[in-house]
Order: sequence, then structure tokens, then C-alpha cells
Amino acid sequence: MQLSGAEIIVQFLKDEGVEYVFGYPGGAVLHIYDALFQQEAVRHILVRHEQGATHAADGYARSTGKPGVVLVTSGPGATNAVTGIATAYMDSIPMVVLTGQVSTTSIGSDAFQEVDAVGITRPCVKHNFLVKNAHDLAATLKKAFYIATTGRPGPVVVDIPKNITDPKIKIPYLYPASVSLRSYQPSPQGDPGQIKRALELVLAAKQPMIYTGGGVVWSHASKELTDFTRRLGYPITNTLMGLGSYPATDKQFIGMLGMHGTYEANMAMHECDVLLAVGARFDDRVTGDTKLFCPHAKIIHIDIDPASISKTVRVDVPIVGDVKHVLIDMITLLQDNKRKPDATALAAWWKQIDAWRGKDCLRYDRASKLIKPQAVIEKLYEITQGEAYITSDVGQHQMWAAQFYKFNQPLRWINSGGLGTMGFGLPAALGVQLAHPKATVACVTGEASIQMCIQELSTAMQYSLPVKVINLNNRYMGMVRQWQEFFYESRYSHSYMEALPDFVKLAESYGHVGMRIDKPGEVEAALKEAFALKNRLVFLDFITDQKENVYPMIAAGKAHNEMHLSSERELA
Amino acid sequence: MRHIISILMENESGALSRVSGLFSARGYNIESLTVAPTEDASLSRMTIVTRGSDVVIDQITKQLNKLVDIVKLADITEGRHIERELMLIKLRAADKDQRAEVKRLTDIFRGRIIDVSESSYIIELTGSGDKLDAFIAAIDPTAIVETVRSGSTGIARGENSLQIT
Ligand SMILES: Cc1cc2nc3c(=O)[nH]c(=O)nc-3n(C[C@H](O)[C@H](O)[C@H](O)COP(=O)(O)OP(=O)(O)OC[C@H]3O[C@@H](n4cnc5c(N)ncnc54)[C@H](O)[C@@H]3O)c2cc1C
Ligand SMILES: Cc1ncc(C[n+]2csc(CCOP(=O)(O)OP(=O)(O)O)c2C)c(N)n1
Ligand SMILES: [Mg+2]
Repeated sequence: MQLSGAEIIVQFLKDEGVEYVFGYPGGAVLHIYDALFQQEAVRHILVRHEQGATHAADGYARSTGKPGVVLVTSGPGATNAVTGIATAYMDSIPMVVLTGQVSTTSIGSDAFQEVDAVGITRPCVKHNFLVKNAHDLAATLKKAFYIATTGRPGPVVVDIPKNITDPKIKIPYLYPASVSLRSYQPSPQGDPGQIKRALELVLAAKQPMIYTGGGVVWSHASKELTDFTRRLGYPITNTLMGLGSYPATDKQFIGMLGMHGTYEANMAMHECDVLLAVGARFDDRVTGDTKLFCPHAKIIHIDIDPASISKTVRVDVPIVGDVKHVLIDMITLLQDNKRKPDATALAAWWKQIDAWRGKDCLRYDRASKLIKPQAVIEKLYEITQGEAYITSDVGQHQMWAAQFYKFNQPLRWINSGGLGTMGFGLPAALGVQLAHPKATVACVTGEASIQMCIQELSTAMQYSLPVKVINLNNRYMGMVRQWQEFFYESRYSHSYMEALPDFVKLAESYGHVGMRIDKPGEVEAALKEAFALKNRLVFLDFITDQKENVYPMIAAGKAHNEMHLSSERELA
Repeated sequence: MRHIISILMENESGALSRVSGLFSARGYNIESLTVAPTEDASLSRMTIVTRGSDVVIDQITKQLNKLVDIVKLADITEGRHIERELMLIKLRAADKDQRAEVKRLTDIFRGRIIDVSESSYIIELTGSGDKLDAFIAAIDPTAIVETVRSGSTGIARGENSLQIT
């Protein structure tokens, strides 16, 4: 087939099975846009800001496991995309970002809309490419998708100079069905000796703990994790990124761990004697003070990325491999093994955990005259029967969503954990809704975060995406205010939100439905009404208790047994 | 501890900045870095001298290995190895005494005088970094006009080798 560079890009995307490209046009990519115009297989979603394009592609990726694809122009198009690329990088999300570039002959001359996109994105991509020859286009794109989606996933940028896409120059094209790179060969299989050692240790435990993260989600290994955990009868906790990979309503699940994790999960981490870490990266929000982390435990760590192992916490039994492969091997070994978990020790351990559970650490004032944000999430959970895809922004509302929406399935909880990018929630929800047109999608946000990508309400209108926006409006950058209350003697330096827009009118001006809810008694009816509007985006502005804080809380750098339970309840 | 990390990487533009960017972004220190093509035109060989605790060196090698352009690497300080660095040093050598002294020291260090002018000598010296340091220490500091050092390169002794199979 003889095609121009621009046509090769579009044809390649089609051959690669790409359904959606999220993008925004500009000079350097006009040839590509012209090629997009002439076909229907690859659908282009026009966002209102390139950051929105990256988050929408990211939401698509997080809710499907397939790579998100972005197309932006050179210069400001590329720089606007950087926040979204970094967001995907920190959470290991597969994404391919095509950035336009000035022609090869102009590179380095400070040409119009020239930035060194490869240089700017280098620290926040898994890999990136500058295509210098149209003959390399197809192979480079194939490499980009391969690298983005295998091993530890991540974003890959392909920078494409305008002359490479020249419609007048036709060259042969053949879809490269496979690719191999001598310098990049991820190995999914774990070492059998290590797996055996790990299982012996797991079975010898008296106070075991299973701690799992995003790696289980990306490995599509929920089923294996659930099977393995149930066979053992051990307690399990998930990181913020791992929620849903083990059913939250299961009795062995003891909640999220870490800074805003449950009392029982953090105490069990502190007291356990064997810790099995699965696809989790010992983030500082999870470990607190690493010197005091799991002080009594032997640690096993399964991770596809050797660099994640013993990075912040020293591990006793490392297993490099894909979670799914390793868990399958472990389950097989477990079935063949005569040794069973120590039932007496386990019963005593559960008794202890249940005592911690008895503290009811997520308790809040249900009799309040003000709308409690936690209550909104609980109602959201009930009304959507736990089946919705929930995206979130960053702040207190994110933590409440994580604590109070009980995710029973993976790929349903979509949030920016590693970078903590405000503005993520709404565009991500659009990507999720496109990927799952019939599903219920809600974006839990705050009045500060939502304003960072509010323009995407317009995109939602254009493509009729009936997302429900749950704005927990506390008139504060609540998470910032909370830290100021605790650590800066309530000096609320620039954490308030004055001159807020009328969100109802704002939603209406974009053509959507807006609702304001300010009484606790109205919460349920409003949610029901909104979710009954199946084909409309509804913006629900909940006027919540301004001073509510997220509990439990472990201050940064403290240990798991130094939790703050609530304003009335002292340190654990 | 001081470590010498030998790297084979794709001879792609930008590969060098990925490595140096990794070191600056993660706060690892680089004592020296050298890079040049190999007999296989598609590969470059890089030698990095760095310092850090075992934990840091472990992370450095893992993070380097993670770079897509890096084909293979080895910490050659883990085994028997040879380390060499090249130094060119220009020294003031105007009068007879100065010239004699420079020549004597150059012989002791097995260097070579490779350029002579009315007022200066250029000496070529190879060896470990320590040896080059020792030569500089032996010279009257006021006599040094300029020095240029290549940074260390190294190779494992015996059967061990860094090559793609
Ligand atoms: C306001 C705020 C508060 C937060 N509070 C908390 C908190 O209280 N608790 C909490 O847990 N987090 C919290 N976070 C999130 C935190 O910052 C980290 O993003 C999160 O803890 C990391 O989760 P993870 O360990 O599951 O790693 P991820 O970032 O999901 O990384 C996944 C790991 O799995 C590996 N992996 C990927 N694919 C595979 C595979 N196929 N097989 C094997 N391994 C694989 C990767 O190499 C990586 O090591 C908070 C974030 C914000 C913004
Ligand atoms: C882009 C960006 N800027 C700043 C921050 C720091 N930050 C974290 S939470 C937060 C406040 C969020 O306020 P809001 O969206 O109203 O949520 P709330 O905490 O009130 O629920 C800020 C400013 C961030 N995470 N992202
Ligand atoms: Mg707020």
C-alpha cells in the first residue's frame, strides 16, 4: 500500500485496533487531521484543552486496560499535554501520545511553535521517540504501543515532524504485526525457586498480611488474587490504586491502608509477621516512616519492575514477574502443598483484627444538620448499587470516595494517585464513558479541582456523554485546609475558595442539567433524580460541611500505629 | 563505595541524555561518564563512575536497566577489572631545570611528552584515576597550564565480558 506519512499514522491506528484518539488540532498536525477526516474507523474526540485529552485517554485506559491514544500539536499543544503524561507515568498507565513537531529542517531553529517535546517529556515517559524519516513511522508506532502496554505499563511519546506527514510523499506501508527489541524484554514468569520460598513463608505465618496495589489491576489478576486469598483465609488490604482488585465487601478485606487507610489495615500492617506485597510499590503515603514500617515482618514482594523492589523498603523474598503468572504458580503450589495455614494462630489473629475493626474508624456524625461528604458517597454507592465507574479529582473528596464507595470489581476506581493531579476527574470520566457507553459513570470532585478542567463540560456536550458530576463543595481546598488546621495552627493561607461560580448555571450554560443540594434530607432524592436522567450530564453541587476532615490520618513520616482517629478521639 | 558501571546501549540520538537525565533527576552522583561507538555501529559503550551505598548502587543499576535504550550493563567493580583514564596535561617548562624535572616525573609515571614548545610541554598519561591524581600532586601547581581528562573507562579481566549474545 502506498500512503503518505499522515495516512500511515491513521491506517496504523486502525490496524492496531485503536477506537478513539483524544486530541486537539494545530499547524504541525494538520496533515494528520486531514487524513483522520477521510475515514471513520478511528474516532477522534475533540477536547477543549490538551490536558483534557491526556486525562480522557487515561480514563479510557484505566477502565479498559487498553492503551489511551492522544494527538496534539507541537509547542503549546505538547506542553499542555505534559501534566497528563506525567499523571499516567506515575500510575503506570498505558498511553501513546503523538505530538506534532516542526519540520525536520527547522528543528533547533526556534521555529514557530517549536519545543523539544522529547526533551521536555523525557523524565515522565516510559520511552519517547522523534521520527526523523517517514519510512520509520510504522515501526516506531508499533514499538510505542508495544512498550506502553507491556511490562510495567506507561506513557510513550512519539514526536512527529510535519514534513514526515507530507500528503504529497507516498511511501509503502505494511502493518508491522509484531515487534521485538533486543534492549527491552519484560519477563512475566517469576523464578520458581523464589515462588516456592515465598509460599513456604506465607504458610508459616502466624500473623499474615496481604498488601496489594495497582499491579494486580494492570495484570488483570483479580480473579487469581481473590482465589489465592480466599484459599488462605488471610486478611488483605489494598492501596488507593489497588481498590477493586479484591472485593471490598468481602469479610477478608480490611480496607485501604496508608495515610488515610483504616485503623485495622494499618494496625495489621504494623503487627504482621509475614507481609505479601503484590504489585504495589511501597509509596511513602503507604509506608509512612520506612524505618518503622512492618517492624516484625518478613516481606515478600511480587513486581514486574525490578526497580520497584527494595527501592524504599528492603524486601526478603523478591519475585520479579507478572502478578497473574506468579499467582497462578502460587495457587498450583498451594494446591499441591500438604502444609496448611496455622488455623489456631489465624483465629487469634482475626480476633485481634476484629477488635481493631470494632473501633469503627470511618465513623462520622450521621445526625449532622449539614451535608456530610461521607454520606453523599455512601448514598452514591447505594443508588448505583456499587456498579458505577467512579473517577475522582484530588483532595478530601478523593479519600472519601476511596473509603466509602465499596469497589467490588477492578478497573472501576479511576483516580490520580501518584501525581495527585487536580483536574483529572472530569476528562477521565469522559474517556470512561466513551469506553463503556452503557455504564454508569460518576466523577467525584471538589469545587477547586473541577475548575481545573471545567472546560471539558463542553466536550461532554458535543459527544453526549451522560456523566454525573458529584461536586462535594466545601468552599475550601479541603485537603490543604486540613493540613493547615493540623500542622499550621489553623492558619488557612490561601486555601479558601471565594468567588465561586454558580455551578448550576455554569452546567446549564454548557447545556447540561445542574442541581444544588444543601440539606442532608435532599441528598438521596437528588441522586436518584440525577441517575434517572440516563442521557444527560448532571452536575450535582452538594454544599457540604466545610470543616469536615478525612480520618483516620497518619501524619507524613509517622508509623502505622500512630494514627489520628478523629477530632474527639486521640491517637491510636 | 565507588563503582564503575559499563553499559552497552543503542546508538540512538538522545540515549546519552536519558542516562544523564536519570542521574540528575534521581539525585545520583556521577564522578565521570564516557561514551563512544563500538565495533558494532548500532551500539555505544558507556562507562559511568559513581558513588553510593549498596542500596543506591542497586537502584542505579536497576533504573539504568529499565531505560529502553540500554541493552546490557555490568558493574565491573564487582569482579576483577582494569580501569584506565587518559590525561593530557600542559605544563610550563621554560628553563632547563623545569624541563628536566618534568621529563623525570613523566618517565617515573610512564607518560609521554607529546608536544614541545618554547615555554611548555604537553604530557600524555594513562592509568587509573589515582595514578593521574598522583602525577598532578607531584607537579608544582604553578606549572600547570591546563589539564584534560577523559574520565575512566574499564573492562573486566579474563573470561567476563559485556557483549550481546
Ligand atoms: C491526596 C492523596 C492521598 C493519598 N493517600 C493514600 C493512602 O492513604 N493510601 C494509599 O494507598 N495511597 C494513597 N495515595 C496514593 C499514593 O500516592 C500512591 O499513588 C499509591 O499508594 C501507589 O499505589 P501502589 O503501591 O498500588 O502502586 P501503583 O502506582 O499502582 O504501582 C503499581 C506497582 O505494580 C507494579 N506492576 C504494574 N503492573 C504489574 C504487573 N502486571 N505485574 C506485577 N507488577 C506490576 C509496578 O511496577 C508498580 O510497582 C494518595 C494519593 C493522594 C493524591
Ligand atoms: C494541579 C494541582 N495543584 C495543587 C494541588 C495540591 N492540592 C491537593 S488537594 C488540593 C485541594 C483540592 O480542593 P478541592 O478540589 O475543593 O477538594 P477538597 O479537598 O476540598 O475535597 C490541592 C490544592 C494538586 N494536587 N494538584
Ligand atoms: Mg473543596
